[in-house]
Order: sequence, then structure tokens, then C-alpha cells
Amino acid sequence: MDVNMQTVEVKINGQSYNMNEDMTILEACESVGIKIPTLCYLKGICEEGSCGICVVEVKKFKALRRACITKIMADMEIFTNTPSVREARRTNLELLLANHPKDCLVCSKSASCDLRKLTEDFGLKESRFEKTRAKDFEIDISSPSIVRDPNKCILCRRCVEVCSKVQKVNAICIANRGSNSTVSTSFEKGLGNVECTNCGQCVLVCPTGALTEKEYIEDVWKELAEPEKFVIVQTAPAVRASIGEEFGLPAGTLVTGRMVAALRRVGFKKVFDTQFSADLTIMEEGSELLHRLNSKGVFPMITSCSPGWIKFIEHFYPDLIGHLSSCKSPQQMFGAVAKTYYAEKLGIDPRKMVVVSIMPCTAKKFEARRPEFDSAFNYWQEKGTIKDITAFSDIDYVLTTREAAKMIKEGGIDFIHLKDEDFDAPLGMSSGAGVIFANTGGVMEAAIRTAYELVTGKSLEKLECKSIRGLDGIKTADIDIAGTTIKVAVAHGLSNARILLDEIKEGKSPYHFIEIMACPGGCIGGGGQPYNASEYSGTELRKKRASAIYKEDEGKKVRKSHENEEIKALYKEFLGKPLGEKSHKLLHTKYTKRGI
Amino acid sequence: MKIFRTHALVCSGAQCLSAGGNNFKDALSAEINSAGLQDEVQIVETGCMGSCEMGPMMVVYPEGTVYIKLVPSDAAEIVKEHFLKGRPVKRLMWNASGKEFPTLSEIPFFAKQTKLVLRNCGIINPENIEEYIANDGYLALGKVLTSMKPQEVVDEIKKSGLRGRGGAGFLTGLKWGYVASQQSGDKYVICNADEGDPGAYMDRSVLESDPHTLLEGMIIAGYAVGAIKGYIYVRAEYPLAVKRVALALKHARAFGLLGSNILNSGFSFDIAIRMGAGAFVCGEETALINSIEGKRGEPRKKPPYPSTAGLFDKPTLINNVETFANVPVIIHKGAQFFKKIGTATSPGTKVFSLAGKVNTTGLIEVPLGITLREIVFDIGGGIPEGHSFKGALIGGPSGGVVPAEHLDIAIDYESLDSIGTIMGSGGLIIMDETSCMVDIAKFFLKFTVEESCGKCTPCREGTPQMLKILQRITSGEGMPGDIENLERTGRIISRTSLCGLGQSASNPVLSTIRFFKNEYESHINEKKCPSSVCDMKPKAMENKNGKKIRVRKIA
Repeated sequence: MDVNMQTVEVKINGQSYNMNEDMTILEACESVGIKIPTLCYLKGICEEGSCGICVVEVKKFKALRRACITKIMADMEIFTNTPSVREARRTNLELLLANHPKDCLVCSKSASCDLRKLTEDFGLKESRFEKTRAKDFEIDISSPSIVRDPNKCILCRRCVEVCSKVQKVNAICIANRGSNSTVSTSFEKGLGNVECTNCGQCVLVCPTGALTEKEYIEDVWKELAEPEKFVIVQTAPAVRASIGEEFGLPAGTLVTGRMVAALRRVGFKKVFDTQFSADLTIMEEGSELLHRLNSKGVFPMITSCSPGWIKFIEHFYPDLIGHLSSCKSPQQMFGAVAKTYYAEKLGIDPRKMVVVSIMPCTAKKFEARRPEFDSAFNYWQEKGTIKDITAFSDIDYVLTTREAAKMIKEGGIDFIHLKDEDFDAPLGMSSGAGVIFANTGGVMEAAIRTAYELVTGKSLEKLECKSIRGLDGIKTADIDIAGTTIKVAVAHGLSNARILLDEIKEGKSPYHFIEIMACPGGCIGGGGQPYNASEYSGTELRKKRASAIYKEDEGKKVRKSHENEEIKALYKEFLGKPLGEKSHKLLHTKYTKRGI
Repeated sequence: MKIFRTHALVCSGAQCLSAGGNNFKDALSAEINSAGLQDEVQIVETGCMGSCEMGPMMVVYPEGTVYIKLVPSDAAEIVKEHFLKGRPVKRLMWNASGKEFPTLSEIPFFAKQTKLVLRNCGIINPENIEEYIANDGYLALGKVLTSMKPQEVVDEIKKSGLRGRGGAGFLTGLKWGYVASQQSGDKYVICNADEGDPGAYMDRSVLESDPHTLLEGMIIAGYAVGAIKGYIYVRAEYPLAVKRVALALKHARAFGLLGSNILNSGFSFDIAIRMGAGAFVCGEETALINSIEGKRGEPRKKPPYPSTAGLFDKPTLINNVETFANVPVIIHKGAQFFKKIGTATSPGTKVFSLAGKVNTTGLIEVPLGITLREIVFDIGGGIPEGHSFKGALIGGPSGGVVPAEHLDIAIDYESLDSIGTIMGSGGLIIMDETSCMVDIAKFFLKFTVEESCGKCTPCREGTPQMLKILQRITSGEGMPGDIENLERTGRIISRTSLCGLGQSASNPVLSTIRFFKNEYESHINEKKCPSSVCDMKPKAMENKNGKKIRVRKIA
């Protein structure tokens, strides 16, 4: 508690307390064990009081007060459970239910829906109100990542506020008025046709099924059932630190081995690790940085792993795309290597190979659909092996952590009691540097581990770079490599990215290398991660997931990307050298100036 | 200066203009010229005279003769008979119950009014700043800038007991004091001229008929609270008002009454116009502020109140047109003068637009504390066609009904509150027994449903539910329990809505249930509309062609 803060005496349900005067009624009540129900509220993000669920009675006030946005005052007398408070909360909830579809049994948010939970907590049996909406809204399926069903929207505005305050993207806003109000994009063009970065933070905070990821579960089941298809899966680093939550395990439980075992039982021929290609990314990106240093290239160089971030810069800072590393993301490097090197090694027709990604991310779905990501097809065409004219993508399907959990559940797999299993070789081998890609600051730390050794030829003693770990919005460090000081910065959450980009735009950026991840906390806070909206405003959930990631790093025998034996083999047998001709074709990309 | 023997004051308020006032004026001007009277008779285009139903209107001084419902062909007769021969034209005079009223002061519609806010309306030419100045205009501003400290101005307003005329009746002086006490370099004054109540036009009349009184009030307010800039937020549907205010701003600047270093006092203050696009909710002060800032016009959470963080998050004073228009009078004549008018807790006057089933409709200004009976029967001349008074709807879509049993209620803030209605901004609709109270409630609720911004649940979702029930009741499909449901939902909407619009949205329904429950019951139980207004044929029983669908009865 702030020492300068005054305390005031308030009465809650007849009991007197001394409270910090800066508290809201909601916080004051919570501190004495009274949890006032909320729906639209997200601390620090959505504080407009639109839903009217958290109302309480305050003596001397005719109207009920919203606990979430009303500060306590000296001698305030608060009542949280009077008949009129109960009647008001229930009525407002019933009003919200009147126009809300009642298809909860088949809604993809069913288990995690805040509206449903509230209805259950209130013990509501029915809504006394009839549907007043004359015409149903059109469902927005224009985005390859996110589906928006305005019929399920209760206009809490969490999504709008997150998009505006956390990400400063403002792709969505309220359109129309009164009972015709709806969350929409500019000119109702649809999420797929505006500046939406597909980060999915709106999906994480949506209390109902109005915002969900576009599901590809059925498509993947269908592929698995095709006997001639060779369906393999890659799992992103962040997934192992969070998928356990879907099975009731505490947040921060590391379940790498169980996840591998479960996916094998779902039916994937091979279970591989995106961390392998994260190591590969470091080889390429580290070399690119050194190349830029030696050739006086564009600085600062900025990482390119996070597809939400990439779409953001393409829209809002198109003139700065020259700063981006030309490296593809680990997901895309994996696809390109799997359908060339690995297919060749196994003698499999790449057209029969299906690569599925399990990602903590909704933007990865968009990334996989980018037209430029068909390098394996081009490789085989150039080789003359494939004469088709229909191109195939490097990545076929992207599932979120949540979708993967659904498949495991539908497959009847007892996730909790599975024995740990290892990833398949060779694309399942990874170093600790690949693991930490999941956390903000991780890509930078991994790059430093390799760059330092490549330049100095000496072994790096202390691997942990504490100053760029943690959840501060922007973190910086000065790294001494053979007498040269490399200035680095790390930002997560696109509002923080804006700060660093504006510095570059104004010519004031002192940095050589910047890491940016679109989501708060990095991939562990990705839009495809298990729902837990009540934890969104706080940092606890992200901290727990992040520490699981660091735990896996610490437990690894190999903790530097350039020491990954399979990576070495890949270069030796196939790629040649980092930034070589094959790398250039398979592992690097170009960006699009999209503008706004 | 030229001296004329006769002044013909032709109303150029919006109603008289739309009734053809300009054509009459042109005809009159031509007739005066052809009679060679152009140096003896001066036509003055004034603002609204109030009795809009009688327009186009003209008052001829020095006699004070009132001519009504004028058409161009009347011009020749007036010039020939009245201007040349001195014989006022009886057939064009104001008459009621077969009796002619030769002069303005004898007409009951005007006799019981007290005009402070509308003191210049219908008297001066609103497009001529000199006429305003000649009628004591900007004297109050001069007094303030030369002999009063800002705090003394605030104190004077406090002493006057003036209450905000926008609807809620908050003490104006107190509000000024809050803003004045804020330590901030940038402060703003906003005039809320986003008048939106259906059928009400008090503010428009002031803007059109006496724009300088508003400017003077705002400049004084700016001085009192230490503001740098003022905004007039006016609806785009008021083009004439916008034009005249813009002209008034131009003139005031040219006369050194607005802009930098006003009257060489060292005080600088300027005013700009912002036009609203027609959303009713933008009359809510925080929604209005959002709209000026270019944001979606929807209310903000309070606190913070505008007095601490308003426009551009700076301390902001926001009052409505009528409130500001009172200020020059209070400062010029003193708080004591003002307090003598009206009641102890509701001093001063209130402007109403009197409409509905009453003999003379129009814009009136009455001392607060006057009874509803005096307004309806003395000023309004009673109920037409032998019908009887049933109730008065006061306060527009946010207000409630005053039934016949409360006809002697004093029109002041406390008395109206005691029977569940509000003063509102000045809408006053009189109803006789041919008006169905359920239908009236439905009309106003429909208005609020359409004008709700959609931000908070109770208003957005609750008002359509109430409307749906009312639609059922008025089409013969009412069910037992509907009244209780309306009351319960209405109560929750008022107690949990975020802004004034939602908090008062159910007032017309709750108030009509309170005083005319029998009408609701008759609709629901007997499927009968006592006033024969509602079409009580149950819709479910009819198909598209209006043919009855046969319902098979179980034997």
C-alpha cells in the first residue's frame, strides 16, 4: 500500500472497515471476501460500467452505483445483497439474455463463457424477456483467424478497449446506436479486410462466443483419416506451458512430454517441435544481424517471428519494413524444411505431406495463408520433380492451443495420466534457446547466446539475460560483443511497439536490434491460448506460464541454437550455410506495404 | 437618426417564416412604398413573438395592435386602413371567443407571462447588434468587466438561486463555483443548444430571436470561471439559429465584445459554433463533450464530472441556452430583482413550448410557481371544442404526466418532483379526454428507444422490452402481469442506467401507470381503448391481407 494513501471508514453490509481511499467499491468489497459479480469490467482496460451487473446500493443515492467504477468515500454505506440490488442485477442479466442465442450446448465458448457462468451463479431459470431484435446480424467470417458473431455479442466493449488500449490498433469500434449497436470494423468491411492484426487479444477477453478463432479441427480430423496422407504436427514453445490448463492443471504446469504423447495418440504420424525451427531462425537471424553490422545495413533490425506484429507494421509503419529481419517465422521455416529436406530424406511426396501447426496464436492462421509461403512448392518445381501448376502451402493447418486441447478431448485421450514421450527426430530436437521464444525477450536472449559465440569464438558464461526478461512493456540492454556495444530493446504488446517505432521514425532510435512480439507477455499470452479473461488484467497468469518456459530451458542439455546437432546436420546435409542460396529461398521472405 | 411614426414589427421566427411570413413582409414593404410611406413606417423583422400558431404575426406600434395569420393580400388593407387612415383592421386582429383584442397587453396569452429570457424576442431585430445594445444589451458584461471580480460574479449567480434550465435544475451558481475553483490554465464554457425534445423549441427561439443575450451570458460565465474559450453546440437542424448566432458572433467581435481584450479589460474569450448531427443523446452533457471532441456521441462515466475534467479533459462549465440567457438579467438588475420572481427555491421564470389540446399554443415564459391551471386556462385559453383537461405531459420524453387532480400544482422543481415528473427543458403538452395515455407513453418510449446510444444494458435492452409490451397492450394483446413487468423493468432502468437519458426514459410510462392505471387495465383486461385511439384488433389473429385466421376450437 502507498504510504501516503489515506484510509477512510466505510460500512459494507453493516460492518465497518478502514479502507484505502483509492479503492473502488468492487476492490473494497473483494478485500473483505465479498465478490461482486462483474461482466464488462477488465481492470485498467475496460472500465466504462456498461453492463450494469456490478450495481450496489449506496446510502443516500437514489440510483444504484456501479461497484467497478465508483471509488469509495469516507462514511460510505454500501449494501451488496439487498432485494433491490439482487433484482437489478438479475433484471440486467435477463435483459442481456433476451437477445442472446440459447445455443450454449454447441457454442465453442460454452465452458468458458462468462455470461453462462453468471447465469449459473445467479441461479437464473429463465429470462422473462422476449427477443426484441427483429433481424439477426450477419456473422463475420472474412478473417482467416477470427470469427465474429454479433448475435452473441453483449456489447461489453472489452474487445474494443483491448484493441484500442492494449494494442492501439483500433480495428473495431461500436457502430450504430441503441438496440442496433454492434461492434464492427470501419465501414463494416469485416475483420479480414481492415487493419486487424489477427492478434486475438479480443478473443481472449470476449465473455461470450461472439469472438472465437476460426476452427480447423474438422479439416485436420479429415486429413488424419486419409490413409495416403502423411500428417505431421509441430508444436510451438508456448503451448507446452499452457495446454495443461485446458485439462484442469494449474497454470504454469509444464506438460511437454504429455502433450507429445497425446498428439501421437490423436493420430499424427510424427510429432515435431517448432523449437527446432526456432533454433534455425536464430542461425539465420543471428547471421543476418552480423551481416548488417559488417555491411552497414539498416538499423535497428527488428525480429519477424510474430505474425500479428508483422501485419501491424505492414499497416501502420509500412515505411519501416526495411528494418524487419527477412527471416520467416519459426512456423514457416518448419513448413519449408519439412516439405523439402524431410520429405526428401524420407522419400515422401510433399503433396501427400500435411503439416499441422499447434500455436498459441490466432495470427499464425493468417500467416500460413500468406500467398508467398509456398517455398517448398517452388523448390520442387525448380527441381523439376513436381510439374503441377497448383501450388501447395508450406503449412496446411494452424490450430490454436485451445483447438488442440479439443481434439485431444474428443479423441478420448486421458491427458492427465499420460506418460511423457519424446519428440520425433530429426525435426523434434531443440535447444533451450528455442524454448524461450515463447516469452517476451526470449528471441533476443536466444540470439545473443548464439551471436556472442559466433563473433567471439568464446563460450558465453552467463546465459540468462535478466534485464530483458519480465513483463515491463519495454526492456533494454547493452550487450558487449568483442568490444562492440550492441544496444537492444524488447517490446511486447503493440502499444509498446508503437513507442519504439515512433523513435525510429523520428531518427532517435539508439538500438541495433529490437525484438517485438504482438501479444502482452509474448507468445505465452497469445490469442490462441486457454481462456482466462478474469486473469487478463493481471500479470500472474503470464508470469506462471513464462516460468514454465524458463524451467524447460534450464533443464535442457543444449541451450544454444548453434549447438543443436540436428541443426548442424541440416546445414551440412541440405542448406549449406546460413544466408546461403537455399536458405534465401526457403527461410527468408519479403513484406507487403499495406497501409491504412 | 431617422424617426418613424409607426413601427411594424413583423415576426421572422422560423414558424412565421415557414407559414409564409416573408411573402407577407415583401407585400407589406411594396404597399408601404407605393403609398409613399417609406419614411414614416418602418418594418422591423423581429424574432419569435411566441404565439406561433397565430403566425405570420405582426405588431404595430405605437398602438400595440396585434395582427395574426397574415397573408400577402392583407398588406394593402393594412397600409390603406391602418397606416394611412389610422383605423386598425379589426378582421385581422387577435380574437378569442368572438372578441377582438386591440393590443398586445390585453391579450390573455401575453398578459400572464413574465419575460426575462425572452425579453427581446419579438421586439428587436436579432440580426442587428445595435438594437440589442439599445435595449440594455451588453450592459451586464460592461458591469462585470469594469466593476466585478470573477468571484463576485459567481457569488451573484449563487445569490440569485438560478437553477439550470436544461432539466435537472442543478444550482447554476454552485456549478460555476466548482469550475471557477479548478486550478487549470485552460477551461471551457459550453452552451448546450442541442434541443431535442419532440415539439419543443425554447432554445431555438432564443438563438433565432435574441442571440446576443446568449453570447453575453456565455462571456460573463467565461469571465467568472476563468475560461478561455466557449462552444455553442447546436443541432444542424436549426439552420436559421446557426446563421443568426454566427452573425451575432461576427458583430460582437467587430464591436470588441468578443475575442481578445474585451472592452479593453484585459479579458479575452472567444466562442465557436459546433453543430450536432441530430442524436438526442448528445444533449447529455458528457455525450455532447465527446461529440465536440469528434468522438462517438455517447455519455462518459461520471465522475469525473465536466467541472473537473470535461472538454479535452479540462474543467468545463456547461449550461443550456435558457440558463445563459438569464445571466445578463441577473447581473444587470441584481440577484434580488431576480429572486422576487418565482418561488423561494425555484426563482425566476421558465420558458415552455405549450402544445397539444389547448386553444392557444406557442412559446410562453412564466414565473415559476404559477399553477398549471393558469397556464392551461388563462394563457392557453382552455381546451378547445368543449373537451375537458385530462392531463399535461411535462418534460418531454424524460418527463411525466400531471393529471387533472393536480391541475393546481405549482410549476416548480420540488412540486413536480413530488408527483414523479420533472421540470425538464420546457416541453408541455396538454391532453384532453381524446388522448390515450398508453398511446402517449408508447410514443415517448419509442422516441427513447430510437435515441438510446446503446452503451449500457438497462437503457439499450430494457427500453425495447418495455416498448414491446406497450405495443402488445395497445394492439389488444395485453396480458395480466404486463403492468407489473413495465413497472419493474422501468424501475430498474431508472436506477441502473448510466446517464440521464436512460435514468428518465421510463418516466412517461411509470407516470401514466401511476395516474391512469385504469386505462392500462382497460386495454389489457377489456381489450378496449377508452379514448378510442388504439387499434385494438389483435394482430396475431390477422394475416397479411387483414383477413381473420380461423382458430379451430377444441370441442
